[in-house]
Amino acid sequence: MQKKTIFWGVLAVVALAFPLVIRSPYYQHLVIISLMWVIIGSSWNLLAGYTGQVSFGHAIFFGVGAYTAGLFPIHLGLSAWWGMLTGGIVSMLVALFVGWVCFRLRGPYFALATLAGGEIVRLIATNWESLTEGMVGILIIQTFKSKLPYYYIVLVLAVACILVIERIMKSKWGYYFVSIREDQDAAESMGINTTLYKNISLLVSAFFTGMAGAFYMNYMAFIDPEVVFSLHFISIMAILVGIVGGVATIWGPAVGAFIMVGLQETFRSSFFGLAPKWISQAHALAFGLLVIFVIMYLPNGIVGDWATIKRLVFRTRRTAG
Amino acid sequence: MDVFIQTIVSGILIGGIYSMIGIGMTLIMGVMGIINLAHGQLMMVAMYITFVMAHFFHVDPYLSLLVAMPALFLLGAFIQKTLLNPLIKVESILPENQVLMTVGIGMVLTEIARFIFSSDYKTVKTSYSSSAIFIGKISFNVPMCIAFGFALFFTALLFWFLLKTDLGRSIRATAQDSEAATLMGINSSRITVITFGIGSALVAAAGVLLMPIFYLFPDIGGAFTLKAFVITILGGLGSTVGAIVGGIVLGVAESLGATYIGMGYKEMVGFVIFVLVLIFLPGGLKRLTKI
Amino acid sequence: MALLEIKNLTKSFRGLTAVNNVSFEVHEGEIVSLIGPNGAGKTTIFNCINQFFPISGGDIIFRGKSLKGMKTHKICRLGIGRTFQVVKPLKRMTVLDNVTASSFCRINSIQDARRKALEILEFCHLLDEKDKLARSLPIGGRKRLEIARALATDPKLLLLDETAAGLNPSELDEAIDLIRRIRETGISILVVEHIMKVVMTISDRIHAINFGQTIAEGAPEEVANNKAVIEAYLGEKHA
Ligand SMILES: Nc1ncnc2c1ncn2[C@@H]1O[C@H](COP(=O)(O)OP(=O)(O)OP(=O)(O)O)[C@@H](O)[C@H]1O
Ligand SMILES: [Mg+2]
Repeated sequence: MQKKTIFWGVLAVVALAFPLVIRSPYYQHLVIISLMWVIIGSSWNLLAGYTGQVSFGHAIFFGVGAYTAGLFPIHLGLSAWWGMLTGGIVSMLVALFVGWVCFRLRGPYFALATLAGGEIVRLIATNWESLTEGMVGILIIQTFKSKLPYYYIVLVLAVACILVIERIMKSKWGYYFVSIREDQDAAESMGINTTLYKNISLLVSAFFTGMAGAFYMNYMAFIDPEVVFSLHFISIMAILVGIVGGVATIWGPAVGAFIMVGLQETFRSSFFGLAPKWISQAHALAFGLLVIFVIMYLPNGIVGDWATIKRLVFRTRRTAG
Repeated sequence: MDVFIQTIVSGILIGGIYSMIGIGMTLIMGVMGIINLAHGQLMMVAMYITFVMAHFFHVDPYLSLLVAMPALFLLGAFIQKTLLNPLIKVESILPENQVLMTVGIGMVLTEIARFIFSSDYKTVKTSYSSSAIFIGKISFNVPMCIAFGFALFFTALLFWFLLKTDLGRSIRATAQDSEAATLMGINSSRITVITFGIGSALVAAAGVLLMPIFYLFPDIGGAFTLKAFVITILGGLGSTVGAIVGGIVLGVAESLGATYIGMGYKEMVGFVIFVLVLIFLPGGLKRLTKI
Repeated sequence: MALLEIKNLTKSFRGLTAVNNVSFEVHEGEIVSLIGPNGAGKTTIFNCINQFFPISGGDIIFRGKSLKGMKTHKICRLGIGRTFQVVKPLKRMTVLDNVTASSFCRINSIQDARRKALEILEFCHLLDEKDKLARSLPIGGRKRLEIARALATDPKLLLLDETAAGLNPSELDEAIDLIRRIRETGISILVVEHIMKVVMTISDRIHAINFGQTIAEGAPEEVANNKAVIEAYLGEKHA
């Protein structure tokens, strides 16, 4: 008990003090992006890991959140910060429709329907130029010069997201979600309205992902459909964050987010300039290889397979010593 | 009126090729129960093979069928054997890991192509690339017609194979009930490897046939994967006849969309049909035809 | 008035009529057994009662309400609990969590749901297993878990689909005892069972079907000695 309190205390201090100690904007940026992925990954995990409805289309909610924020300045002349809460809410509305269509399908077909949904929304955003400016994208002026405010905003969001999900998973909803994942027919016969609870899971997931999208708009100050509705770099990335860290664990996606953003950056920067330049061109290739590797060898992620990893490390150490 | 007929004709011609793409995916779907999201990327590989053959060795694209199809058969079989089959034993909370694996494979193929050939557009010019036959005011693009003919031929060949050969029957048995098939002594892991090979060879043929008409770049695979996936859902999962109809429907719908709504929305037509099918006709066209 | 009334129930799958014009009733406090050879349509009747699929004809009335077209989870809330012949444990949840999830049917707070789950686990002799993952249970335990989960929804009527199949003799006696104790709590039970020892000891009445049609109905001895029933079972053995 004591140990746990100390651990969380230290973690909290580190999280709060980080940008004050590490002044490099580059590292601050990486951590901000990682925290954003903590939100997306955790939300995806609520729907996929806990409820068993694997979404290949979380870019829908991320992109809709981002565009909701972006539309405030270009159409209403208001600050994009208005999009934070509204982005989450509009994402939920979109999720309502996505759920209505996609939950007719089970298992892999659900996954693919969400994938198609993501592509549809991307094409709409690309072609509906009067609303979205199409391929040109939306450019706004950042509110803050310093990264500090962004850091604390996204930190609060990430912590709130994890806490909410943790609470949900300890309540009736959580039990229902996992029951649905384990056996939908059994769940129905236990009196669980599976359609309703799948939708609830989807809505919560979409809300936080939409908020993350709105944050992205505010922070990066530029979006276009190819970026925020990207299949590979949003939808698949969300899956990877979840899987690498560990699906159906509270902290898995958080761990996964830091690892994935770290890896991505390592490749993008050619191992921080240590490796030859061409490596940076291979970062998408590395990404694909990583997908294959993780599915093969870490299907339950670092947190989920932690016991196995520990055992393996332990055993090799023992044989070594 | 002429415009309309012209639109329909082009739609059907391209639809024939779509059918072939869709059948390959449907076959894999039926036997393995997964949707292969690297399908279009496999086609892209076949197209680059054709490109290399034509550009460096001056081989006529249609002759490349003899190279591209076996090559893709092997590539598909290799993927199934080394990457997908082992996953059956991997225990994970998410049952979709095979599908996700194909996404990873698709990305790797695309990026390797980009590495070798860069993102530039490539074309294979032939003397007949833009020639056309006219019947009345309606033009029939020659390579399109050839491609359509080949598509019919390969589809017929596939049906003969599935219906008349022992191997084909084993594949159908596995698709219907893999457990029962295993009990009957069919080696299901071998069947999946062969099926993935055949599906890949079919989509390779489609790629080769498209090469004289289309331009080629690494990301073309993704677009075709999505088309194949829409066709598969449209046709009713796992139904080969449904996939043929689905391919034609998609071809015609895209063609109509491009003519009457605008080029930008052409890609979206397929998805809109897809959503409509999900809402109003779950089970796809199979529901209507009962095949 | 009967608790459950099956009226001319018919169910066909693409030409195959699995249940054909079957009618029977279950009264308050009764244990009724539904017997018949393999493939007779017993499980299909269960699946019709809780509307896993739409019925093709006839009607099912529970406490005066037609269940036709109702959603499965609503039927559970109305007071029909069921078990599955091919057990469906929520594999990667603990035994306690399996039953807790089910208890939420009538209870909203986690503490109460867990308390209730513990009571039911004790009732079903599963308390020692409570922290095990459901998938690690042997078949006997899984069958009891099915019952525990159904009980947690506070059913008025319990549908048991071959809960004694695959059990060893001592487990069998325990199962019979469990079914009796359930009845004592005031729950009516419809049992599908092949093991005649179980059927004969627990049933108040038996309804026998073959090829989806009723072949006999009545008190246990009557039905057991009925010619059509004996033929149906013998015929099956000869085949
Ligand atoms: N979902 C389904 N689709 C098609 N046919 C079905 C379906 N469910 C059951 N059947 C058929 O209905 C018939 C009755 O099956 P059912 O499972 O009800 O038998 P049962 O009496 O429970 O047999 P058993 O004692 O073996 O459990 C069988 O011929 C079976 O093949
Ligand atoms: Mg049965």
